[in-house]
This record gives sequence, C-alpha cells and structure tokens, in this order.
Amino acid sequence: MSGVREPVVAHLITGFLGAGKTSLLNRLLAQPALADTAVIINEFGAVGIDHLLVQSVDDDVVLLKSGCICCTIRVDLKNTILSLFERARRGEIPPFSRLVIETTGLADPAPIIATLSADLMLKYHLRLGNVITVVDVPNGVANLNGFAESRRQVAVADHIIISKSDLADAAALTGLRQQLGRINGAANVVVLDETGEPAQALLLDTLNDPASREAAVAPWLGANSGLGHEHEASHHGTIGTFVLEADQAIAWPRFALWLSMLIHSHGRKILRLKGLIDIEGAETPVVVHGVQHLIHKPLHLPGWPDGVRRTRIVVIGEGLDRELMQRSLAAFCLPGQEVQPEQAAQ
Amino acid sequence: MCGLCGVLNHADHWTSGPGEASGATRPAADRHLRAVAANDVLALFGLKLESWAGRYTLRSRTGKMAVVDNLGAVWVEAEKLIGRPCDPLDPAVLAQLEAKGR
Repeated sequence: MSGVREPVVAHLITGFLGAGKTSLLNRLLAQPALADTAVIINEFGAVGIDHLLVQSVDDDVVLLKSGCICCTIRVDLKNTILSLFERARRGEIPPFSRLVIETTGLADPAPIIATLSADLMLKYHLRLGNVITVVDVPNGVANLNGFAESRRQVAVADHIIISKSDLADAAALTGLRQQLGRINGAANVVVLDETGEPAQALLLDTLNDPASREAAVAPWLGANSGLGHEHEASHHGTIGTFVLEADQAIAWPRFALWLSMLIHSHGRKILRLKGLIDIEGAETPVVVHGVQHLIHKPLHLPGWPDGVRRTRIVVIGEGLDRELMQRSLAAFCLPGQEVQPEQAAQ
Repeated sequence: MCGLCGVLNHADHWTSGPGEASGATRPAADRHLRAVAANDVLALFGLKLESWAGRYTLRSRTGKMAVVDNLGAVWVEAEKLIGRPCDPLDPAVLAQLEAKGR
C-alpha cells in the first residue's frame, strides 16, 4: 500500500442531523475491503458525540476542534488532513489508501468540496471521490422543507442513501424519493434499512477509476431520461435539476471558454454539473464534472454508455434559467446552429 | 518550468481538455487553438488573447495587458481590463454571437 505516495481518494459523507451518517460509516468500515480507510469527523460543539459512536476507527479518527467544518475549512481541515499524512509517514498510524470526511449535519458541503479540490497542497495528496448524502425517511422531507443545508447536501450528492426505511411506511418513502429526485435527479439513490449492508462500491468506485467510470456516469443519464427538457424546480427553494443538450459535436476550446465564463459569472448557483460531451475529433465522450466554481480534469469514457451520441450536461443549480443556459450553450459552442424559438424565450 | 524564461507550466488546468485518448500531447498547438476560439468571443469585449510562453497574454484595445495561466483565469482579468462583467447569459452578448453565427 502506498497511501502517502499516491493521491488518496477522499470521500465526503454528509447528511442532516440524525440522518444516520455515523451508522453508515460504521457499517462501511466493518467491511474488510475498506479497512485501509482513514476517517475525519467534523465535530460540532464542545463534545464530539459522533466520535463516541465510531469505535472501530479510533486510531484514525481526528476531530476538528473549532466547530463547523464549513466555517473553518481553510485552516483546520487542511491542517488535519496534512497531519494525517504526516502521521502515516512517521508510522504513527497505518498507511491509508482512502479518506472519509464526515461533515456535521449543519454543514453546506459545496464549499468543503471546492476547498478540498482547489487547495494546491491538498491537491497533491488528495483526489475527490464520492459525495454520499444520507437522508432518513422519518425526517427527510421535513428537513428538506425546512433547511437549506439539507437541500444543498442532497444537491451535491453522487450517491443518496435513504436510511431508516424500516421506520416509515411505503407512502413516506415514495414521497421522499420524489422530493429527492426533484432536487437531484442525477444521483444514484439507494434505500437502506437499519440492518442492510451498504455496498463497498460507495468507497471503491469513482469517476477517476477507468474500470468504474461508466457505472458512475449511468445515474446522470437517468436524470436525462427522467426530466427531459423541463426544469424541475424543488418546491422549497429553487434548487433543481435540468439537462442541457447539443446534437452536434462541440470544439473543446469553445466549450472550455463557455464553461469557464459560466462558472466565473454564475458558479455560486451551480451546485453540481455533470456532462457527457461530444467533442469534435473524438469518437467517444468526454466526462466533465464540477462543483460550483471548481471543474475537475475532464476524462475520456471508452464509449457512449447508452449508445446515444449526444452532448448532455446535467446541471443541479439554484435559481438558474435552463432555457437561457441552453441558448447560451448553442450561441457559444455551436456557431451557425439556428436557435429554436423556445430556446430563445427567457 | 521553462528553462529559458522561468515560467511555471500550468498545462494541467481543466480547460486544457482531456488530452488525446491515446496519451499523445500537443500543448502548444492546443493552446493556440484555445486562443483562436476565445478571440471569437473576446472580440465582443474589445479584447484579444494570444499564446505566450506556456501562458496567454490578454490585451485591450487601449493597450492594457494582463498575463493569464489558462482560459479559466481569463474572465477575472477581462473584467478588470474593460470595467464591466463578462456574462455568458447576458442576452446582449448572446444576440451578438447569434448574429455572428448566421
């Protein structure tokens, strides 16, 4: 194992207070394949309650000392991560090949993700893996209705774990799934009861791994087929998922120019962006994904996952006008293509 | 880093693209193509981008200049040079681009 030499994959587990983040983490870490996982738990308040519950990872748990992770991210989390690597280098803790950061229930994960990915020192050590958001059936709808943090936790998720499904009836589960779909139609949703064993893939399969890249992209295509061209805004707040499309190949420089300009002007409103891009001169799609102002290095896919060669960009955003963005994509990236009347409408 | 001018290499920015699936690289040619594509749009703002020493120079019509590492850094400097926002959702910008494309 070469945890201190190779980039370590850092996963984020988030979810509202009491959703079951620590329970999920315990069940994941009990699996032998995930034994070489270091854990950072964000302590909120004076007592690290969650820490008392994470018994199997005592040696590798580091508690942040100064409250909410999103407020102190630039210093405490960075220093904590670097100290973990230093401790591994000195042999004080075993080498680790992945890192899990469990946020407080009140944290907005988007700035955490952005900081993890943008800091030059952390970039050397880390590669962002999956964002896993836990939502419990009994309280999930109420939390989504009442708290912006809860909605943003769902909006940035790659995987949504619906927990405590055995504590509510089928109608409640259906209602929660519908609301989750309106906020984030591109995530992989898994229902888990109190005794279920979560899939190791949550912490093993990522976009950066060529072997699992196609599987990681599959839920994005679900967002495309499920939502069509409609902007499905959430009932509460304006976070919603929509899809931008282009039927002809795009020159990469034009796309890069458009996207860089878009995130410069509107990055705060773009909670997640995930796209399969049909690039001129390439037979297979290029995967682009990002969080707010941060876009990850684009990646090649070996083929079109559903056999359909078409640019599709899933945007999970807050207060964005899908028709205007579609018009902008066409104007910047597809010169000469007629803008449809409904696309020009604002 | 360039041994002649001491400029750091910033080629790994996402705007550089995924590279060739085969692993082949042509960074200078790609940087030139990105500048050409950018100038189609930057001309609307009276700006011009040129590839320079692994980076870019961004110039205004009045002769003001900034050096940027990648396309992602263009817009901050562009707004400084022209004193107004560069918004890809601005209907006036879109109308100009659409008129050019027809």
